[in-house]
Amino acid sequence: MSAHAHSEDDHGSEGHDFAHPMSVQTLLAVFFALTFLTVITVAQASFDFGAFEVATVMFIATIKAVLVMAFFMHMIADKPFNAIIFIGSFVFVGLFVIFTLGDSMMTSGSFEPVVEELAPAVAEPMEVKVDGAP
Amino acid sequence: MSTIEASPEVGHDDHGHDHDHDHPAFLAHHFDTPEQQFDSGKLGIWLFLVTEVLFFSGMFCAYAIFRALRPEVFEGCSQFLNTKLGAINTGVLLFSSLTMAWAVRCSQLEQHKGLVGTLAATLSCAMIFLGVKSIEYSHKWGMGLLPAGLFAYDPSNPHPTDHPNYLMYICIPFAIALAGVLLWLVVSAGLGNKMHVAMAMPLTVVCLCFFVGVGLGMVLESGDETAEHIDVHADPNGLASAPVMLEAEKAAAAEAAPAIAASGAMVSVDESVLEILAGDASNTGVTSGLNALEQQNAAAGTSTITGDEAVVGAITTTEIDVMTPTTAGVFFSIYYCMTGIHAIHILAGIGVLVWLLVRAVRLDFNRQYFGPVDYVGLYWHLVDLIWIYLFPLLYLIR
Repeated sequence: MSAHAHSEDDHGSEGHDFAHPMSVQTLLAVFFALTFLTVITVAQASFDFGAFEVATVMFIATIKAVLVMAFFMHMIADKPFNAIIFIGSFVFVGLFVIFTLGDSMMTSGSFEPVVEELAPAVAEPMEVKVDGAP
Repeated sequence: MSTIEASPEVGHDDHGHDHDHDHPAFLAHHFDTPEQQFDSGKLGIWLFLVTEVLFFSGMFCAYAIFRALRPEVFEGCSQFLNTKLGAINTGVLLFSSLTMAWAVRCSQLEQHKGLVGTLAATLSCAMIFLGVKSIEYSHKWGMGLLPAGLFAYDPSNPHPTDHPNYLMYICIPFAIALAGVLLWLVVSAGLGNKMHVAMAMPLTVVCLCFFVGVGLGMVLESGDETAEHIDVHADPNGLASAPVMLEAEKAAAAEAAPAIAASGAMVSVDESVLEILAGDASNTGVTSGLNALEQQNAAAGTSTITGDEAVVGAITTTEIDVMTPTTAGVFFSIYYCMTGIHAIHILAGIGVLVWLLVRAVRLDFNRQYFGPVDYVGLYWHLVDLIWIYLFPLLYLIR
């Protein structure tokens, strides 16, 4: 990480900033945008979007996440390498979730132990572990 | 101190000059420049955040699998989570993210007072978050809404009174912390140690904020569901009024769906469902619960309610089935695991933020050395980021 991307880094050790302070206006604007999106998320829960509900919710959450990453986490001013590493992790999260989910859909019908229970409160709950994945 | 100078033209001066120019006290000897030190630390913290993302992805994966297999369980159990408290906590966490980002700015611009203030604000928000969370947790523990294996929710008696006072147990460590910080404040004020007073004063406010959060949670919880609140928190004069409130809410619920009242043939189970939903869920929950009863009555003249697995698939017909230990317990296992580990991350964040606050009071940070503030900020934003996903996924399922 010794390659310096900035022209002013010749003065770097002489008190010139390598910091990129976010302006207060930007921070406040991002905060209000995030709050607004939260209100939208809560509001949309009272409408019925059917199958699109999860997609809607995740879409709004992802917009919020991008705002936080870009501005609060300074990704737009950061070195691209850091952003590549971080965003790259989500690729692997996607692979992980998709493969595991697909596998569990094909192999296990239900995650619950088969218990004959007509009186639910009395039945002894089994050790239900996160074992949907094989 | 520096024994090997990287830049040959500087060479070996006497140590005093090293301090002034190439190796200030904050610069570790193996780095050439403050910027190099900052970039290395930043790469490290980003890598740590990657491990955090992958760590949490395991839980999100578990969530996805169980929700894909039994969506109606999630829809039914989510009614027991208080959306209002979740939304307030989201707002609090977003605000703490703002103050954290502002703290990074302050440290970069050497605004020392502002840095202490914004760090204290971030810490206070974290404490409010935990306070609200403790209300949520203690409330659910009191109702027996526990992870699979411990799940003991009884629809006919949703608010047992014979459970320990969970809220008190959660509050005790924070009360001890508050007492300790207060003692520190008093002693350092008595000794006239200005720096310690400057550290202890914001920390006292921070500790108090936990109880502000508890109060906020109580108010919101009671605004939504008065009867439960009174039961759970053992309000001495509340016990008398609890049945009255239940009656009132039942009346309101009946009003909301007049068609149900006409359908008749209501057995005692139906009433208990009314109670549960009136007590626990928002109006939409009540309505859907009543619709479920209506459909059930229409489908089968008898209104026996068993753990029948062959549900039609509509949300409304499974309101009761999902509240069995094996199904609902799994939802609450996931709920406690995800929110609990998130809360542990908040606690860890509080720890490092206190460390930052102490260093900020000592004026450790400057425009060449603000790395620790930036790194903790990145961690804090990641914790916020995870909550941004957790909140809709857990609280906003209809």
